[in-house]
Amino acid sequence: MKAKFLVPLLLFFGLAGFLAFGLTLNPREVPSPLIDKPAPNFKLARIDDPASTFALEEMRGQVWLLNVWASWCVACRQEHPLLVRMARQKLVPVVGLNYKEVRGDGALNVRGMALEAETALAVERARGWLSDHGDPYVLSVLDVDGRVGIDFGVYGVPETFLIDAEGRIRYKHIGPITPDSLQQVIMPKVEELRRAG
Amino acid sequence: MQVDVVVKPLRTIALAMLLAAALPTAAQPAAASTAAQGAASADLAPTVAPDPQLEADVQELSHKLRCLVCQNQSIAESNAPLAVDLRDQVREQLASGRSKEDVVDYLVARYGDFVLYEPPLKGATLLLWGGPALLLFGGAGWLVLRLRRRSSELDATAGLSATERTRARELLAGRAQPSSESPESRS
Repeated sequence: MKAKFLVPLLLFFGLAGFLAFGLTLNPREVPSPLIDKPAPNFKLARIDDPASTFALEEMRGQVWLLNVWASWCVACRQEHPLLVRMARQKLVPVVGLNYKEVRGDGALNVRGMALEAETALAVERARGWLSDHGDPYVLSVLDVDGRVGIDFGVYGVPETFLIDAEGRIRYKHIGPITPDSLQQVIMPKVEELRRAG
Repeated sequence: MQVDVVVKPLRTIALAMLLAAALPTAAQPAAASTAAQGAASADLAPTVAPDPQLEADVQELSHKLRCLVCQNQSIAESNAPLAVDLRDQVREQLASGRSKEDVVDYLVARYGDFVLYEPPLKGATLLLWGGPALLLFGGAGWLVLRLRRRSSELDATAGLSATERTRARELLAGRAQPSSESPESRS
């Protein structure tokens, strides 16, 4: 008990250790409860052909990414060149979920706008953005009111979900994909799921 | 003198307990003010359920759900687009007759426990809920042990033997001279 005076010092180091670890965490990244759960099914209009729909089960048998984007989303612009490069290298199929294209844009006032008009405007805006910046997606679907986004637990754009061959969500990337996160996290997981499947 | 040593920390404990008891009451005005703030921002929100009871339920539930964008606001207080969407979801689902628990489960399934302002009591949150009580009672127990030990130590050392007592009495009465080896002598 001679080293009793060391106790406060040790307590301090313990606390400092916890705080230092806390500094490395990002409080904006809320862990998703959907990991390893079946991805919520949806059936939404396609941007290339709004008369036809795309359903989640159509990607069954493939390991793929669901990338949530919108033309008003600034961070999407940042990750987009990487998505285009991924598409060119045929790394992994990416389906785009266009999230609240019109009503998510703070610069637009869409109160009282009819759903048909809003959908038409969303298609026009999304197509324009894809032709300006390149279209890396297998296809993109329209989530006009953000309901599917809520089902996926989306709380910010961009977000990217890694979905396995059985339609389960295996990983969620919050924020823009960076070359580092692609090489070190996403692609290793894709390879692993492909080997397993 | 000996009594004093014991009483003072006891007083501190009592004070700490009083403070702890006063805390919930102190928190109430704060809660009331956030409720007022929430009502103010609800004025800005376009949709309100026609049934006042339903709207009251929506408001009550919205105050318990965290906005994932702002993180330090409930979805009732926040005007972030997602908060508006989630409020609409809460309203729509309550209106369709689902219970409050159903709506909470719906949101927890999508956004996790993070969406709850009050974390649920389960294995992983046991320390969170029990920690304060553990600290309070652990600290109080430790203090009591320390004080007991100290008072028994004082009893052992401060007690005077019979000869010491007579000598002290003689010294006080001026009938004896202080011994020269006394540490207090100023020779």
